[in-house]
Amino acid sequence: MNSEELRNKLSGIEDKLTKIEEPIDNRIYLYCEAENSCAVNKFLFEDVPLRFVIATGIDSDACFEIIYHYSYDETGCVVNLKAFIRDHDNPKIESIAPFLPAAEWIEREMHDLLGIEFANHPDMRRLILADDWPEGVYPLRKEVKQ
Amino acid sequence: MKKTIRQPVIPVGPLHPLQEEMEYFQLTVDGETVTDIDMRISYNHRGIEKISESLQFDQVPLLVSRICGICSASHPLAYVQAVEEIASVTVPDRARYVRTIIAELERIHSHVLWVGLAGHFIGYDTVFMWAWKYREPVLDMLEEITGNRNNYGNLLIGGCREDIGDELIPKMSKDLDNIEKKMDMLIKAVTDDPVIHARLKGVGVLTKEDAVRFAVTGPTARGSGVDIDVRHDDAYAAYEELDWQVCSVPEGDVFAKAVVRLLEVLEAIKIIRQAIRKLPKGPIKTKVKEIPPGEGTGRAEAPRGETFHYVRSDGGNRPVRHKARAPSYVNVPSFKASCIGQKIADVTITLAAVDPCYSCTERVAVVDKRTDEVLYDYDMLLRLSREKTEGIRKSF
Amino acid sequence: MDWKIWSLKKSPWVFHVNTGACNNCDIEVVDCLTPRFDIERFGMKLVGSPRHADALLVTGGVTCQAAHRLREVYRQTPKPCVVFAIGACGCDMGIFSTGYHMTGPVDKIIREVDPDAIIVYVPGCPPKPEAIISSVVKALSAL
Repeated sequence: MNSEELRNKLSGIEDKLTKIEEPIDNRIYLYCEAENSCAVNKFLFEDVPLRFVIATGIDSDACFEIIYHYSYDETGCVVNLKAFIRDHDNPKIESIAPFLPAAEWIEREMHDLLGIEFANHPDMRRLILADDWPEGVYPLRKEVKQ
Repeated sequence: MKKTIRQPVIPVGPLHPLQEEMEYFQLTVDGETVTDIDMRISYNHRGIEKISESLQFDQVPLLVSRICGICSASHPLAYVQAVEEIASVTVPDRARYVRTIIAELERIHSHVLWVGLAGHFIGYDTVFMWAWKYREPVLDMLEEITGNRNNYGNLLIGGCREDIGDELIPKMSKDLDNIEKKMDMLIKAVTDDPVIHARLKGVGVLTKEDAVRFAVTGPTARGSGVDIDVRHDDAYAAYEELDWQVCSVPEGDVFAKAVVRLLEVLEAIKIIRQAIRKLPKGPIKTKVKEIPPGEGTGRAEAPRGETFHYVRSDGGNRPVRHKARAPSYVNVPSFKASCIGQKIADVTITLAAVDPCYSCTERVAVVDKRTDEVLYDYDMLLRLSREKTEGIRKSF
Repeated sequence: MDWKIWSLKKSPWVFHVNTGACNNCDIEVVDCLTPRFDIERFGMKLVGSPRHADALLVTGGVTCQAAHRLREVYRQTPKPCVVFAIGACGCDMGIFSTGYHMTGPVDKIIREVDPDAIIVYVPGCPPKPEAIISSVVKALSAL
């Protein structure tokens, strides 16, 4: 599949997206709301298919963003899916680990560092913070200073 | 009889068993066979992504080269490329070639380090000593070019900090010839040994399907027939202009991963020779005045696999968000697939085959969760591994 | 001279502890064993348990998760022992000093257990094997 075919394939999930951007060659950004993130991720991983790279959790001003990064290795394209969690006080999103084992660790990490809840995660336990790290302190949140 | 074994963690190098407490690996075994494996990581969490937000863009390469000492060129390379994407920077040709040379030298020293360790785990301490001895000239070369054996500090947004002086080139070519001779000898010693074949083939197999499910990268993927390589797929630095091959083998066992690494050492020497010969004249860096608002992704093929960085800028002089993903983060969890069904004697070499960063390769005293009885300590695991090798040797 | 110190100086057995290092210092420590540097010819040996050690080579800036373990290891090491804080991280946490998960540096954690501990600082990022060996020799000569 070349770049154009990839773009056409991605538009197959357009109804669940709010925006598609390609700011430069080989870098595509897809935008969606949290409730559609699971369906879009499943499409990207299973139907396109793309290789999952990692996810970045961000405490933005009024919401949380999770950017799921994927790679299409045929053309070297990085496809980034931005899922917006609008409820800043109780951030929750569906876990993608049930169909994508590669995402298990990063969801646990985002839970540790940002306090995002991942519904239906197969194994939500503390991953990278120390055993005696206080509950409820999420280091990557804006309110936690260096 | 099912026993749950808990492995305390000790972030000590593979030579030294560790001890008490700290959970890291949790193995469940049924007799001599592993039926489940779990891991806890936390020892090395230093909060790098948060520290990044308090540093200026051009200070971050110094931070990220210390994420992992053995991949200390790959992390800054991925980071600066992410920022160069935001600022639409064109890196001068000479800088791209210098980046390539340093990255490939790092690949050689890292893979040879691994060969030594793998040898140690299966009882070939001579291989360990040879490998680490013949690795030294590579480190000497890196020191001559960048000023340090490890932690090169040579990457800048916009190019490289230090140039490779023309007067160094003839010596580098001669040193490469010597390195190649020693590497050839080491590779033959490993690949021609029927005991090593018998010891490592069929051990710790990661199937292609599992390699995809766990999204592994690097030799861990290429040793299972998934021929992805960032240098080829999303070419950066000077790789597109040089003649080289992606090394991939389908079997998925420890031997396959070893072969991929050994072949990559030879390819790396080939790449460096071409890069030295074709090294363009010109500046080594381009001035970057500011980083506009935006976001970028950068990646590099580290010895262990794909290093991926995401950076977001709001126009200020610090990153608003910086995500750094090391290849081991996706490779290590694949133990769940490659360790299950293995014998206890093969655990150390299967774990090592993914080439996790030292700090991840903790060794353990395996303790029964219910009774706190030490069932296997590192020494015992190592001894079991070596005894298996001896048994195979005797049958030849 | 105290006979315990005398015997420590003769062929120090060292135990390596990583408290959250990036591995650079660790591979330079292990490098000391390899043919170019070969510390075993001086009788220096890397041992598998702190109970057999005369000296601790500690790398890393001590993360929250590793602090407890470092204290335990120090307690188990027979006294007298010398603690070498290796690298910028070991000496003062280096570039990680502002990290939220850092609790070190090494001397702070060790002194919580033993305020009179003998601590030797080996700066560098990483210190070369020559520097590590030289620091061990210098420190032991000064004892």
